[in-house]
Amino acid sequence: MNLVAAGLVGAVVVAVAAATAALLVPRPARSAVVGVGTVLCGASGMAAGIVALTGPGWSAAVAGLLPLTGVVLSVDALSGVFLSVIGAVGIAVGIYGIGYARHGLDGRGVQAMEPLFVAAMLLVPAAGGVGTFLVCWELMALTSLLLVLAEHTRRVEVASAARWYAVMTHLGFVAILIGLVVLAGHADNDSFPALRVAAAGLSPATAGLVFTLTLVGFASKAGILPLHAWLPRAHPEAPSHVSALMSAAMVTLGVYGIVRVGFDLLGGGSRWWWLLVLALGAVSAVYGILQAAIGTDLKRLLAYSTTENMGLVLIGVGAGGLFAAAGNMLLAGLALTAALLHVVNHAAFKTLLFLAAGSVLHATGSRDLDDLGGLRPRMPVTTAAFGLGALAGSALPLGPAFVSEWLLLQALVHGLAAGGMATAIMMPIAVATVALTAGLAVATFVKAFGVGFLARPRSEHAAAARESPPSMLAGMGVAAAVCVVLAVAPVLVLPVIGAASGRVFGVADPVLSGLLAVRLQGFTGSLSPLLVAAAVVFATVVFAVAARLIAARHRARVAARLWDCGAGPLSARMEYTATSFAEPLQRVFDNVLRPEHDVDITHYRESRYLVDAVSYRLRVPDRVEHRLYRPVLSAVRAWGRAGPRLANGSVHLYLGYGFAVVCGALLLLVVTR
Amino acid sequence: MSLAGVLSALLQIALVTVGSPLLVGVMRQIRARLEGRAGAGVLQPWRDLRKLARKQPVTPRGTSEVFRVAPLLMLATTVAVVAVAPFVTTASVPAAGADLFVVVALLTLGAAALALAGLDTGTAFGGMGASREITILALVEPTLLVAIFALSVPVGSTNLADIVTSTLHDPGRTITPASLLAAVALGLAVVAETGRLPVDNPSTHLELTMIHEAMVLEYAGPDLAMVELASAMRLSVFLGLWATLFAPWGIAADAGVGALALGTGVLVVKVTALGAALAAGEVFLAKLRLFRVPELLAGSFVLALLAVVASFFFA
Repeated sequence: MNLVAAGLVGAVVVAVAAATAALLVPRPARSAVVGVGTVLCGASGMAAGIVALTGPGWSAAVAGLLPLTGVVLSVDALSGVFLSVIGAVGIAVGIYGIGYARHGLDGRGVQAMEPLFVAAMLLVPAAGGVGTFLVCWELMALTSLLLVLAEHTRRVEVASAARWYAVMTHLGFVAILIGLVVLAGHADNDSFPALRVAAAGLSPATAGLVFTLTLVGFASKAGILPLHAWLPRAHPEAPSHVSALMSAAMVTLGVYGIVRVGFDLLGGGSRWWWLLVLALGAVSAVYGILQAAIGTDLKRLLAYSTTENMGLVLIGVGAGGLFAAAGNMLLAGLALTAALLHVVNHAAFKTLLFLAAGSVLHATGSRDLDDLGGLRPRMPVTTAAFGLGALAGSALPLGPAFVSEWLLLQALVHGLAAGGMATAIMMPIAVATVALTAGLAVATFVKAFGVGFLARPRSEHAAAARESPPSMLAGMGVAAAVCVVLAVAPVLVLPVIGAASGRVFGVADPVLSGLLAVRLQGFTGSLSPLLVAAAVVFATVVFAVAARLIAARHRARVAARLWDCGAGPLSARMEYTATSFAEPLQRVFDNVLRPEHDVDITHYRESRYLVDAVSYRLRVPDRVEHRLYRPVLSAVRAWGRAGPRLANGSVHLYLGYGFAVVCGALLLLVVTR
Repeated sequence: MSLAGVLSALLQIALVTVGSPLLVGVMRQIRARLEGRAGAGVLQPWRDLRKLARKQPVTPRGTSEVFRVAPLLMLATTVAVVAVAPFVTTASVPAAGADLFVVVALLTLGAAALALAGLDTGTAFGGMGASREITILALVEPTLLVAIFALSVPVGSTNLADIVTSTLHDPGRTITPASLLAAVALGLAVVAETGRLPVDNPSTHLELTMIHEAMVLEYAGPDLAMVELASAMRLSVFLGLWATLFAPWGIAADAGVGALALGTGVLVVKVTALGAALAAGEVFLAKLRLFRVPELLAGSFVLALLAVVASFFFA
């Protein structure tokens, strides 16, 4: 038996066993059993992914396990990337979940779903046929939906968020189903090799239809505009470790789907596909980070940041497609390598950020940045974890995401002259998008970390915060360690990711990575994350020592009052909040965001010249959602209201309908035959 | 990295560390003379630094290590950039290259660390300064990266050493439309990044109008000395980068003593001239209202985008 197969089967068996145990084991031990099960399931899946990345792939067909098509599994290097990511996220989340579940999340159903969700996600990239893929996809959607609903008895918003998620994920599923079924209709059977053969003979229009339909479905899963509406609802309302699983692992499967169908099954296709992907990615990246930059809900902010990062990934994927359509396979491989590396990096730091956010939510009961602050002395480990995640999320050097964004920028720089006018116009726009995103990401994470964790507590909950239990800290520790390793030694993952993306385009590894430097194959450009980190750390230490030596000659450090203009101690209400921190940005992007201000002034009854109270509310609604979803929803509602008028209970009328339809069908036959 | 490379990197670090406060002194002196004042002399910034370094270190209550590490990190990132950039000689550039994206991102990292320190104090001034600084930073970033893009496209590399060498081989490149547009765009970005007029007034101490000074209001003694030194070094680095990209003449191609001496002299002249021009220009400018600054930055962004277009169509 192949090692990949062993890993996958192991993961599924462990997950089912853990889910069964969750139903049987009494409450006190339940979360520990499930946590260990999830870790083992994740580790097993990750091992399968690593084997698939470094060795040959594996495929198998088990007839009869599913009706009609049977189960077809096939794992190649591309699947390996995603298997490893999902597995690694599963490990960190499993450890974290042991402590996190103690707070009311240790019900049988919720606990049973956790390992099953990880296993379902692992099966999606392992699927090798349309039927298997769709079943696994749906299994993943259902298990995640049940996990989102975990806290529905505590908050009203959970049900609404889950409804949004359920509807959108199923609309996406329908789009993928139609797209893949149209494709499979032209093939001998529904396995991926047969689809590849069939795709070669497909007319451009049909291939375009298949790609567009699947793109809609996969983009909705990846949280790409305008199908992102579920993301900022479901992520904040789900338990935090589930948010981490969804945001770091599940949404990346949308990217997997686009790459698998677009590049692998359909063989690249025409240029407009990838222009569309690139444009969607660019819009999502900017809009996502803009919403995150002005947001004050910690988890909602992270959810929008997911939209941003998936947008960046799609810029890479779209650029790769454009270069491939122009015939420059090496550059296409480079762009796809950047995209896949960003998937890996994003998974690492987003897991860390969501787990840290969950720890905060636990300790304070609040996700609102305007209520937080002062967590540094109270929760030192969580603060350090979030700080590291914030450094990574803002794509600055010393963080992992900088390496992938650098690769992406290099691909775009070298791609300007790669192919025709369309590329020449798209590349500067893409670079501008990445640049604007980078700047706003810095603003977002300085705000999230600076306002949320530093300074003084802005509420009693924040002041009473306590550090989380050890298992939660250990889960964060795993994610943090992965972040650090990815930041200084991308050489550990880059060769296999480069080889996997090179194989998609039939070229060798487009990136030459060594311990000291990452170099581009065929282009000038090199980066040394290890040396940059070493230089900065070394210089910091040198200056710290120098400062200490100079200071030691004089007097010891003393503590002093903050400058309060001589007006007595400063209160927490005088601090800058997340809202006020983001206000300048919100003003700059006023035309895009259209915030709603609401000022309410009450006067004294005796005189309307004297103001009794002023209340001010600021809301920044999601404008895309407003403009796009409201009309559709109201149209559906109007349609629903029109329906009953057709069915007024009169049997004569119903018979009339039947008569009219039969006549119509007969007439149609007369005309067409 | 060869011994010559290490030595030239050390030379650049020493030159920038010693020279930056002097540059600030020169700029203040020029400004004073143009305004009809006597001025405090070119050496005044160094005297201030010495005075601050000798004071007792003070930690404001309620601040964390972020507040104490931020000046160190700002200095460290700036020094890291100075070490690898080809200011005096291209020999200082390590084998892995001095990538422009990395240089810009490192400088941004320093600025972001200081903004966090501003928030860490928990005072209204700290938050206000941090918020404004970050807003401007977020809006300058696109201009910087797109201008880098425009400059690197004709060369086919974002490595500073490659750009310098290629410009030295083909001096006509500096007067192409792409290069001129990028020069203006980067110039505006440098003004915004270093907090000069009309974006920020480095000499104001009126709380409501300042950006950088509000952010570092809580620093005192040796910590303040580090912040001041780092700010001065950032100014020199940005002016030096601008000069390196658009007027690379005089930069030594090796680490010979004569070439290094010439390179040092030329760098000093170039950066002083740029600083003097900036200081002289500032006399005639008033600070822009904070919410007019984005318009200026948007303008510089459009120029940078035009530079990319020009680099493709007029290449």
